[in-house]
Amino acid sequence: MKEYLGILIIILLSSLVAILIVGISYFLGERKPKKVKLLPYECGMTTIGPSRRRISVKYYIFAMLFLIFDIEVLFMYPWAVITKDLKLFGFVEMFIFIVILLIGYFYVWRKGALEWE
Amino acid sequence: MMDDLSLVMPEVVLCGFGLLLLLIEAFLGEKSKSLLGILTLIAASSALFFVLRLSRLNGEAFFGLYSLDPLASLIKGLILVILVLITVASIRYVERENAIAGEYYPLLIFSTLGMMIMVSTTNLLTIFIGVELMSISVYVLCGMFRENVRSAEASLKYFLLGAFASAFLVYGISLLYGSTGSLDIRAYSEAISAGNYSSVLMLGVALITVGFAFKIALVPFHMWTPDVYEGAPTSVTAFMAAGVKTAAFVTFLRIFYTAFLPVIKDWGGVLWLIAVITMSYANLTALVQENIKRMLAYSSIAHAGYILVAFVTGERSLSSSIIYYLFAYAFMNIGAFTCVMLMERKGEENLDIDSYAGLSGKHPLLSLCLSIFLLSLTGVPPLAGFMAKFYVFSTAIKAGYVWLAIIGVLNSVVAAYYYLRVIMYMYFKEPVKEIGEIDLSSPYFLVVFICIFFLLYLGIFPRDLTLLAEGAVSVFF
Amino acid sequence: MAEIVFKWIVFFIASILSIFSSVMMVTRKNPVHSALWLVVTFISLAVLYFLLNATFIAISQVIVYAGAIMMLFLFVIMLIHLEKGPEEIGKMTVSRIFAVVLTVLLFVEILVGVYFYRAWTVKPEPMPFGDPKTVGKLLYTKYLFPFEIASVLLLVGIIGAVVLAKRRKM
Repeated sequence: MKEYLGILIIILLSSLVAILIVGISYFLGERKPKKVKLLPYECGMTTIGPSRRRISVKYYIFAMLFLIFDIEVLFMYPWAVITKDLKLFGFVEMFIFIVILLIGYFYVWRKGALEWE
Repeated sequence: MMDDLSLVMPEVVLCGFGLLLLLIEAFLGEKSKSLLGILTLIAASSALFFVLRLSRLNGEAFFGLYSLDPLASLIKGLILVILVLITVASIRYVERENAIAGEYYPLLIFSTLGMMIMVSTTNLLTIFIGVELMSISVYVLCGMFRENVRSAEASLKYFLLGAFASAFLVYGISLLYGSTGSLDIRAYSEAISAGNYSSVLMLGVALITVGFAFKIALVPFHMWTPDVYEGAPTSVTAFMAAGVKTAAFVTFLRIFYTAFLPVIKDWGGVLWLIAVITMSYANLTALVQENIKRMLAYSSIAHAGYILVAFVTGERSLSSSIIYYLFAYAFMNIGAFTCVMLMERKGEENLDIDSYAGLSGKHPLLSLCLSIFLLSLTGVPPLAGFMAKFYVFSTAIKAGYVWLAIIGVLNSVVAAYYYLRVIMYMYFKEPVKEIGEIDLSSPYFLVVFICIFFLLYLGIFPRDLTLLAEGAVSVFF
Repeated sequence: MAEIVFKWIVFFIASILSIFSSVMMVTRKNPVHSALWLVVTFISLAVLYFLLNATFIAISQVIVYAGAIMMLFLFVIMLIHLEKGPEEIGKMTVSRIFAVVLTVLLFVEILVGVYFYRAWTVKPEPMPFGDPKTVGKLLYTKYLFPFEIASVLLLVGIIGAVVLAKRRKM
């Protein structure tokens, strides 16, 4: 457990820094909101319609694929820690695992799901 | 390790073919569809070959996470036969409905792989992975008609509710693990027989029951069934009705009869109630359905209720009736849904029962085949549906559940109304609407004839299967 | 001794934070705010896993849930254009009240089940059971079979995403 103390200190320090940065500018800064200031662009075209548009389903495919390969990598993490103890056996197992997902990768690639149309 | 591999050969072969098919689909594209269908048949038959070759073996592999026994072999055989039949029926169907993508076949194979894994293990972790593999493939298969709103709805609904049910299942598994320290279901029976169990374990049993009740579609966990069965492509509906239900029921049976039989005295009441509600609700609702797929969906819920009648008794020696019922049920449903696929035209036409009016005049053979399946679903001798019901209800009577058997028989009488109504429409009613040209190609009829053969064979010579089933359920002793 | 007290303090903060943030998550009207509160829930749960010595689970909680799944949530919220949130969110309908009552009942039932009966019959596992090394040893020897099947499961997930969401080349 002790070896994770560093993580806690980092979390505390970084939250402190974040709070300080936002807090100091909040208290010291001067705010005079005007209509023009609150526009997305102070100069140039006025925006038309709501700024929040429906985004394309394409992002979703990328997110989904990322998620799946992310989980694949997660499986490699405990494997990497003990790969020396597992010797060839562990290598073969992970090889099969990756080959199956590699087929998935080829599939995705051939289907053009990695292209931005 | 090599011995382990030889035991899982059916799964390895099936998985290898699935991956191969996926690559072929990706590299050849749309034009490879019929090739994929044929390769799926080869995959299923070679897996079936290995299942038959290993069928006399008993053994465990992979540190006890995979086990081969007569029950597993028998059910794996059935599941692969279901895959073969569905694939043959799909070959023309997929060509006709060009909305269905080529991934259809690999997904069928992976789903079957999941079923095979879940029925041939005693470890809850492997069971869970198998259930998920089966379910996720089927979620995608349901949404294969992408432009069709109802198909998309079916997929989404099944996915959301199914994910919820999986959560129940995995929560139940975690509670069981927490209270006994093991994931192997055989360990639970020891703990329970020793009287050494806690309320946490009971909670785990309850949650696992909920999870499987969803997959099997027992009332009150059936809400998804009519919409999903109606919205999914008809071949997928047949696959769900036959395959998913068989695999889920057998896994449920294995978990319960291996581990939780001592507590079935406490649980019998709940399961009794579920069986009664399932049969009655499904049959009464099926009476008013106008869409044949919806009607068959409710009918499949009702049949799950009949099977549960035998399940409730908790008699290990009589549980072969459940296995028999699952066989008969699979063949009648695949047959009936194949007839529906025959009648159906592109774009989901001809699915209402009105289209069947006067069918016997135009297509006497099709009407005859559909009538046979409907009669078997009703439970008319000499078809297998009759013997199945007979075994199930006599199991209940032998075990002293006379009232449950009576309710079951009454329900079968109610069910006869909506099955016979379709037959009545086909033979004694004038056509009310134009049904257009239907595709009477031979693959469909091949499936239909195989199903009829099995229904007659199992109905007239039930002994063969009963012996096999008795051998299979001997694993519970 | 100091370590135990320290652990208690961390546990206290993390558990309060997880309950608070999950309540905030379900009561926010803006779905994006809900999603951000969910991140807080995930991370405080990760801290709880750490305290239980399940370090691998804690790490995967952060990598998969707080990272990848959260991103998926935000994409879906933007995809179906929900930033404003539906109007009827605050209304109390009969079915909602019923759902709340049922949920509370289930919660109480589990609580009673766990605490007032003979709950656990096994002793807890020896301490270092959840670090990556122990998990790896189990996963790559004993649980090798489900592990390989998991790759097929992930593959089916890939197929599903492509089949259902990708525009097909006609």
